[in-house]
Amino acid sequence: MADFVIPPGLVLIAAGLLVPMVQGRARSVLLLGAPLLTLWLIWQVPDGIVLSFEFMGYVIAPLEGDALSRLFATIFAIMAFGGGLFSLNQDEPTELSAAFIYAGSAVGVAFAGDLITVFVFWEIMAVGSTVVVWCGGGKAQKAGLRYAAIHLLGGVLLMAGIAGEIGATGSAEFRAMQPDSIARWLILVGFLINAGAPPLSAWLPDAYPEASWSGMVFLGAFTTKTAVYVLLRGFPGTELLIYVGLYMVFYGIVYAFLENDIRRLLAYAIVSQAGFMVSGIGIGSEIALNGAAAHAFVSIIYMAVLVMSAGSVLYMTGKRKCTELGGLFRTMPLTCVCAIVGALSISSFPLTAGFVAKSMIPQGAADAHMAVLWFPLVAASAGTVLHAGIKFPWFVFFQKDSGLRPDDPPWNMRAAMVLFAFFCIALGVFPGVLYALLPTPVSYVPYTGSHVVSQLQLLLFSGLAFFLMLGWLKRTMTITLDFDWFYRGLGRALQYEFQIKGSAAWAAFADRTYRAVVRFLETVYRHHGPQGILARTWPTGSMAFWVTFLLGAYLIAYYL
Amino acid sequence: MAKVKPNGDDHWLVRPESIRLLWWLFIAVLAVTVLSDFAVEHKPKFGIDGIFGFAAWFGLLSCIALVAFAKALGAILKRSDTYYDG
Repeated sequence: MADFVIPPGLVLIAAGLLVPMVQGRARSVLLLGAPLLTLWLIWQVPDGIVLSFEFMGYVIAPLEGDALSRLFATIFAIMAFGGGLFSLNQDEPTELSAAFIYAGSAVGVAFAGDLITVFVFWEIMAVGSTVVVWCGGGKAQKAGLRYAAIHLLGGVLLMAGIAGEIGATGSAEFRAMQPDSIARWLILVGFLINAGAPPLSAWLPDAYPEASWSGMVFLGAFTTKTAVYVLLRGFPGTELLIYVGLYMVFYGIVYAFLENDIRRLLAYAIVSQAGFMVSGIGIGSEIALNGAAAHAFVSIIYMAVLVMSAGSVLYMTGKRKCTELGGLFRTMPLTCVCAIVGALSISSFPLTAGFVAKSMIPQGAADAHMAVLWFPLVAASAGTVLHAGIKFPWFVFFQKDSGLRPDDPPWNMRAAMVLFAFFCIALGVFPGVLYALLPTPVSYVPYTGSHVVSQLQLLLFSGLAFFLMLGWLKRTMTITLDFDWFYRGLGRALQYEFQIKGSAAWAAFADRTYRAVVRFLETVYRHHGPQGILARTWPTGSMAFWVTFLLGAYLIAYYL
Repeated sequence: MAKVKPNGDDHWLVRPESIRLLWWLFIAVLAVTVLSDFAVEHKPKFGIDGIFGFAAWFGLLSCIALVAFAKALGAILKRSDTYYDG
């Protein structure tokens, strides 16, 4: 099929451009059909460079296939389908249009064979996702600007790095690197910013929750996972990533514990999950890289279920805070069940997708005898149960009776949730399907007696910890300050600080200036005013005297 | 027990006796998972993870430690959720 060279990502981008022009049933067909066509095209892409051309002396390969590319492109296309289905009743064509262009560029990055193509699609993603955030309205305007600023910064670093790399090596090819030059460091930092790495992680929980009920479904899937993909391809085995990943894992967990807003809670969970993948990439062994890839695949699925259920709750009630929700299981049973399936999956419960995929990363740490990584990863798995596995469904659907009695959402939203919840369980029961897609052959066996028993102990005792410490986990109407304070709160704090001291200084300055001006005016008035020396009427005689004097002076000067 | 709340809500899940029953069930399941350690053979990699019921107590302690840490961090970094507004 080498003659079949439509880049799959372009189909989604074209669909995105068409969305605003069609309405009703035609739009539904477009939203569901384009991702399926993309999925089919993805599986027509053979290994190796399919499409390439020369540009300013460099080989550009916009379409290069291998197992890793197809794995990520596949889940991106599936996610575009799920997101399209969930958003069929979204009336804002701009959001859908931007979301599909964003999804198509993510597929584009997955198939990029060179750094220039990576960069081009990377920037289209940044623009598309910013527009998706903006479509949330209200607070989303400012949040979207902050989001765009961070991503443009990341884009600039990435571009500088790519330019340096091409200058140094003379080739634009995108291959595995080590951060051993300034250019490669810049590329790594550019990638990490999109992964939600510290210190800038706060862009994610700042912006995503402000998107609309449907927008966040798209946002949660593409940016961080594309970053994981480029790290997998570009920097496997970079030791620094182990520690960056661990930080992200615990940052996400701790902030999620303290969070009251369920959508911000899920945003922190996204960072935390991406942290597992990043540390897996840092380990760099075959099983860890496979684990990171598999984890990215399944985490898109279960995060989608969780974000869709939170989106459904927001859509039906207009509320997103733990303190305002509770007891929704009575009237939203389907949403509740789907959320629980997603929650079990993110917790790696046996028979869910999380169990067969996530456990490969700690296994990689154990095989490499990295106790410093293995124990934290196991502790983090326990923490994941607390914040995403139990806290999210508990506070939304159980907890207290909030008095809210919303129905389950419209059919298309229910269908999308059920489909992705089904994937969660299907991949958990038949892990072979997922393993066959992974970059390298898998010998890992998830279902051993030891693994199942250990995992059940870990999860259930974490559950026990949740209910024992429920008092400590009760939510209050608060947020927790994060790094974004430096660009959101610091300016205001300085303003406040200087307002007091500054206003006294300003008053003194204004007072002195005023007095100086008054004094100047008084001087002018004294000399030029009605009584001023320069304003008096002069006698004609003095004029005649001065004319005579000048004439005399002229005559003397002439004879001299 | 047919004490119906003013809004007619008396879902079986929220009745105190159901919750008590669920707690007993939960404790029974916890006990079974720990006792299962006798039935399966673990291959400890680091020594300490070979201790009986390792995953159970390690999970419980990790969660307690994490929540305590979060609580301490919250004491410093918590602000009203209208902090950035206006």
